[in-house]
Amino acid sequence: MTELKEELKGKIIEVLNLEDVASTDIQDDDALFGEGLGLDSIDALELIVLMDKDYGIKLSDPKNGKAIFESITTMASYISQNRTK
Amino acid sequence: MSEKVYINGIGALSSQGQWHHDLFREAKELSRAVTPVNAPSYKGLIAPGMLRRMSSGVKMGIYASQQALDEASISIPEAIITGTGLGCLIDSEKFLHGVLDNQEEFLTPTAFIQSTHNTVAAQIALRLGCNGYNFTYVHRSVSFESALLDALMQLQDDQASTVLVGGVDEISPHTYRLLQLAGQIKQNDRNERVKNSESIGVNYAEGATFFTLSTLRTQTSYAQLVDLTLQHELNKEEVTVLVADFMARQDRDHQLIDALVVGINGDCQYDGYYDEFSRLFDNIPVLYYKHLTGQYDTASAFGLAVAARVLKEQEIPEVLYWNSDRATTGLRNILVYNQFNGKDHSLTLVRVC
Repeated sequence: MTELKEELKGKIIEVLNLEDVASTDIQDDDALFGEGLGLDSIDALELIVLMDKDYGIKLSDPKNGKAIFESITTMASYISQNRTK
Repeated sequence: MSEKVYINGIGALSSQGQWHHDLFREAKELSRAVTPVNAPSYKGLIAPGMLRRMSSGVKMGIYASQQALDEASISIPEAIITGTGLGCLIDSEKFLHGVLDNQEEFLTPTAFIQSTHNTVAAQIALRLGCNGYNFTYVHRSVSFESALLDALMQLQDDQASTVLVGGVDEISPHTYRLLQLAGQIKQNDRNERVKNSESIGVNYAEGATFFTLSTLRTQTSYAQLVDLTLQHELNKEEVTVLVADFMARQDRDHQLIDALVVGINGDCQYDGYYDEFSRLFDNIPVLYYKHLTGQYDTASAFGLAVAARVLKEQEIPEVLYWNSDRATTGLRNILVYNQFNGKDHSLTLVRVC
């Protein structure tokens, strides 16, 4: 799980072009949206594509997104349980 | 009645850095096939959340436009009009590569949103909170001049009193490789300057140049924008007709041209157009600028900035002289001529104010 979390941090920084953020700046339980990393709705779309492309997970119900994308921990947990690649 | 139109503010980013007082004294001639913009830090001007999504062209456009507005002490213009030859290429390429690489799946939204040609004008308006007329012209090498013509007509017809107008183009790796393959950009090993060029193609670059135009003359006014004309295609012999027709419609005061600003870019195949043009005017200074900015579709906007600056300062920086004729009297009227590959010809007349 630790390895997956670090992988996710790197991918998020790359995909969302977070120029001034390093992996070490993101804590596992930091909020990704709002007060935490400050991501927004366009970033959410990018993360949905990332889940599909890299882990084979299709998020068909947007209502689940809020809980899944709460933090690196919640994302990693959902991916490890549902990944198809 | 047709209003007079003044250039009250200029902002630019080019391979020489930003528009500033010592720009021409510090400028270095380009000799590489491709030279990217010498960009300043955008932090402080653009919010970090927006900055991370913006490509080079959008950032250049926002920076140069703000510089032009600041110089004219305008916070929100009544209209924003831009020209771009190839648009936001970096995001266009990113999106299209995504389509190909991922078999038309997994298309991400950011590159698509930012890839449209009007992204620069839109982002400037969003940032300023400007709800006025917002338009982008995409006509290759007369993209900027098309935007300028729109701005001029809006101001002359009293549709607006202050207009922000500019041109912006960015380099993107794939398109630039294709242009080099097509011979439009010089090969990497040529290392030729505009004046000693012996090959076809140009030294390519990127940049943004913006102007705050107004019907009000102010203390910051550079020059009066008098008139311009566009012509898609000409052979070299027809340059004479283009110029004669254009000059015939000017007042007598505007017919005495004191200097020329030409878009000579070192392409041996097409620089002959500028020879034809210059031959029509005897013993006056001919100025060039693409040896400093490189060629891109809206580089001619920098040519207008050069003309305006010379009229304001009444001084021609040595680095701009193409020929050996020097100005002997005051500079009142300057004619700017540009074309690319024998197409997209434009003449712009500016006058001291």
